[in-house]
Amino acid sequence: MSLTREEVEKVSLLGRLQLTSAELDLMTAQMGQIVAYVESLAELNTADVEPMAHALDVSNVFASDELRPSLERAAALANAPHHDREFYLVPAVLGE
Amino acid sequence: MTKPYTIIIGLEVHVQLLTRTKLFCRCSTKFGAPPNTQTCQVCIGMPGTLPVMNREAFKLALKTAVALNCEIADFTKWDRKQYYYPDLPKGYQISQYDLPFSHDGWLEIGDPKDRFERKKIGIIRAHLEEDAGKSMHDEVAGQADSRIDLNRAGTPLLEIVSQPDMRSALEAKAYLSELKLLLTYLGVSDCNMQEGSLRVDANINLHVDTPEGKVATPIVEVKNMNSFRAVERAMEYEAGRHYQVWQQTHQRLGDVPKQTRGWDDVANVTRGQRHKEESSDYRYFPDPDLVPVCVSEAQISEARKSLGELPAALRTRLENTHGIKPYDSDVLVSAGRGLVDYFVELAELSGDGKLASNWVQQDVMRTLNEQKIEIDQFRLQPTQLCELLKAIQDGQIDTGRAREVFIEMVASGKSAGEVMEAQGIEKVDESELVELCQELIAANPKIVADIRSGKQQAAGNLIGQAKKKNPNVNPGRLREIVLDLVGKM
Repeated sequence: MSLTREEVEKVSLLGRLQLTSAELDLMTAQMGQIVAYVESLAELNTADVEPMAHALDVSNVFASDELRPSLERAAALANAPHHDREFYLVPAVLGE
Repeated sequence: MTKPYTIIIGLEVHVQLLTRTKLFCRCSTKFGAPPNTQTCQVCIGMPGTLPVMNREAFKLALKTAVALNCEIADFTKWDRKQYYYPDLPKGYQISQYDLPFSHDGWLEIGDPKDRFERKKIGIIRAHLEEDAGKSMHDEVAGQADSRIDLNRAGTPLLEIVSQPDMRSALEAKAYLSELKLLLTYLGVSDCNMQEGSLRVDANINLHVDTPEGKVATPIVEVKNMNSFRAVERAMEYEAGRHYQVWQQTHQRLGDVPKQTRGWDDVANVTRGQRHKEESSDYRYFPDPDLVPVCVSEAQISEARKSLGELPAALRTRLENTHGIKPYDSDVLVSAGRGLVDYFVELAELSGDGKLASNWVQQDVMRTLNEQKIEIDQFRLQPTQLCELLKAIQDGQIDTGRAREVFIEMVASGKSAGEVMEAQGIEKVDESELVELCQELIAANPKIVADIRSGKQQAAGNLIGQAKKKNPNVNPGRLREIVLDLVGKM
């Protein structure tokens, strides 16, 4: 199975990636190879294999509901491209 | 006039669970902190961090699902729901997709005024997910940037999705009220809509009667409703709007993509918003950072035992044990468990559920409202109030004067007996009452003639005169005696 250019275009839109026409061609070919490689798993007969939701055979890992210190605000905001020392600032988000 | 369509409503409710810390990290969930002071590497999505599930959050979610009569899955997992939004720092929300921890439950609703029949509203699923942060944009100030506060990011949310089982705006409101009451009794959420602890989205369409049978119109999702009253009004508005659109376009379900509209509470209308992305666009996949959760029968029965008496059962008990009407049991149970306990004690002490219910609903609840306090801060204990009810039951005092005594008891903290004595209230002998009535009848021939000609309300004048002569007379008994004596003339 290979990917179509339209599929890669859609995925890049969902991932908010702006690709040039040349990049789109390159990605279509490379992603198609990756998908084809993974697709080789389909050759295995898995009729008797129980589906798994996780690579580890572990379940029910919980932490107790006990407060621990949060980051200082300055530290939390430190990596943000824009902030006003209280809030992260981002290009205008209007409506929902 | 019946309308040529049926309204179909389903509701999606998000409630924040009452945990101290977030779902996947140990930052505080407390509302109202200064922006971005309750975040850490996990909830702001720093690379290399790992989420760990809050045990208490899962426990509260399980308790709620059991109370909603849901089937509990023995195996459940969490998935990543991918979308880009500035208040979602990781670029995905940890939610549940194909294996929610609970599904297929129900919640029964009714109307104390009997405007619709009791019915069970199906619950499709309840699942546990994390909340996003908050974005703010000051349009008036024309600011170029939006401001993001991530304090809320990662707060545990229970999403409760109903079947499209509601057939009117009133039923939708009743469902929400009953759900909120249940959650409050369970103590799993504070359900404060102003603070965003409870949020509602609605899906609505119509089944229109046509010569070829019922036709379903396209489904619209309505958001931005900030109160239950707003939900009711938005649903009424939408039903009317759908029918108009149907008459113009004859569009059926499936003809157009699902539309999202926002409710404008000031203008009383809904307005179109962005088109909803198809669910496949979220590219859900199992979150490799979290391991699955298995729930045992023992855990489910433990959750069931922890429920306590729920609103529906409590209402039935009040009606059956204390002989009050559904309307009254609804008012009492909606006022909270503390008030119900107060009522039950008063009803048992006085042996008269109706009298106790009247006094709790009117005088006690009014006082709580006026003083802006809860029942546990109320000055009069049920035993103290019962002393006053006994005086009413014995005919020692009428309801009007008892109200005055009540107010004085609340103000001074004195007992009913003390206040009544101070106000010179004592029971008037029956013979004294009869004598007084005979006196008044003799002195007021015109009024007596009016009464005899069938105007019973004319007796009110005599009762007024009697109360002036002796404020202790019981007006109810006085009326009976006057009418009886006049009847024998």
